[in-house]
Amino acid sequence: MKNKIIQACGFALLSACMIITALFLAGIIYFIAVNGRQALSWQFLTAPPLNGMSAGGVAPAIVGTFYLTMGSVIFALPLGVGCAVYLQEYSAGGRMSDIIRVAVNNLAGVPSVVFGLFGLGIFVKFLGFGVSILSGSLTLGILILPGIISASQEALLAVPVSFKEASLAIGATKWQTIKRIILPCALPGILTGVILGIGRAAGETAPILFTAAAFYKRGYPNSLFSEVMALPYHIYALMTEGVNPEKQTAIAYGCALILVAMVALMSSLAIFIRNKYRSAYGNGPRRNYNA
Amino acid sequence: MEMDPAAITTPKIKTENLNFFYGGFHALKNINLNVHEMQVTALIGPSGCGKSTLIRLFNRMSDMTPKTRAEGKIMFEGGNIFDAKTDLVKLRRNIGMVFQKPNPFPKTIFQNISYGPEIQGCKDKDFIYHRVEESLKKAALWDDVKTRLHSSALGMSGGQQQRLCIARALAVEPKVILFDEPCASLDPISTAKIEELILELKKNYTILIVTHNMQQASRVSDYTAFMYLGNLIEFGQTDRVFTVPKDKKTEEYLSGVFG
Ligand SMILES: Nc1ncnc2c1ncn2[C@@H]1O[C@H](COP(=O)(O)OP(=O)(O)O)[C@@H](O)[C@H]1O
Ligand SMILES: [Mg+2]
Repeated sequence: MKNKIIQACGFALLSACMIITALFLAGIIYFIAVNGRQALSWQFLTAPPLNGMSAGGVAPAIVGTFYLTMGSVIFALPLGVGCAVYLQEYSAGGRMSDIIRVAVNNLAGVPSVVFGLFGLGIFVKFLGFGVSILSGSLTLGILILPGIISASQEALLAVPVSFKEASLAIGATKWQTIKRIILPCALPGILTGVILGIGRAAGETAPILFTAAAFYKRGYPNSLFSEVMALPYHIYALMTEGVNPEKQTAIAYGCALILVAMVALMSSLAIFIRNKYRSAYGNGPRRNYNA
Repeated sequence: MEMDPAAITTPKIKTENLNFFYGGFHALKNINLNVHEMQVTALIGPSGCGKSTLIRLFNRMSDMTPKTRAEGKIMFEGGNIFDAKTDLVKLRRNIGMVFQKPNPFPKTIFQNISYGPEIQGCKDKDFIYHRVEESLKKAALWDDVKTRLHSSALGMSGGQQQRLCIARALAVEPKVILFDEPCASLDPISTAKIEELILELKKNYTILIVTHNMQQASRVSDYTAFMYLGNLIEFGQTDRVFTVPKDKKTEEYLSGVFG
């Protein structure tokens, strides 16, 4: 009897945790949706800002955020997966790989503004890319790199050794085994890392502050070396500068809503690819890396 | 170690004073064993005696285990497989392996078999298709799966999966096939099918099978090697080993005193 009461209390407690979390999440989305909705219009999505940010649309910022996010993934995905494959398949158990592993985990904990400063020093100044999409994408790429490496490592680790053995036993080379068996099996897990990375890269302000973002830029970026507007930075600018706070706040909420929608959209794409691979590779009696 | 006088077939693989160590643990002790061509050799012995360790040396899957060391020789087609110049890829094409637990790739049935020819660089679609069909037929699986070649291999029963793994091994045209307890996770009916298949394959391949099932050894094998604590205790023609074992330990094991 007593055990039953304790069990009921425990269950109630856990339910409460779940409900509170769900409420917060729903609350955020509701809050942004309600406040941002008024700003939304076709023009808002397709036109550039007007009247010192207090009117018009935010199309250049949408485009900029898209470029920066995609750029960071294009940079970080191959680098991160390559690094993870090396650590997991070629140097597992070695001293060097342990050190790199620790370094990568520490990198994940570095505040994003530090990445911003690093990007300014290396990409903008030293390599001379200037304040540009390239510098911003590289900076954001380094920011999401640790996440992609850890997700990839975990995904590689979850590929059953028996697949590897089966491949090697019919005369496949190590590289063929990695390319044709291990990576496809690990792909869903790797894409989970990408999804998290997309959300992070799209939303960060500090890393692009000195490396890519412009408060206002006429027209659309036309090369990798263009400065860009970006949604998170645009929100920040709208809330801290300018002469028409009321209108600007409404626009900022509109931007927030679009940012959330964009992240959801880009993540859905990755989730779609992931699920396609999952079903193509079946869900047999193997350990599966889950999101 | 003495050879049976009746052992007239030629050895395909020959180990010479083979020792193997996991770190400091001496797992195989001075093994001298002949695996005869176009015959089935069964490796029997209690759990932990070194059967898997030995069989994984023949195709050097043992390389995957870190901190191990082999001494002595394994002669195959005129060369010692431990030689630095041994091409592992070629060795493993010649000596295929089927594992204890069925381990089909999480791909389609077709892709599981075509993988072998494909990694060898074969691009000819017709050739690959025929090789797949032929391999599945040899593994007595074609009739079960011919209508669903492009569905996932993971949807098959355990016994079918194991036959798929056999077909996958056959698709690269090995000369020798190593089986490490291939029926350990299968039901009696699937086990019977695999045994039947092994007897069929014997016509064209040299087979080495690890089993801890003595009945299985007596049913499928021509030669039996009994191992105990890392030593090869007795080797000979299966009929002889099972009826008049020469070693006391073999006799005890076969009569179920330990196991
Ligand atoms: N990777 C390993 N590291 C250390 N010892 C091992 C390893 N694999 C097997 N052994 C040991 O080697 C001995 C033989 O094992 P194994 O060949 O698997 O036996 P069997 O297949 O006959 O049951 C056992 O004592 C086992 O504990
Ligand atoms: Mg074993």
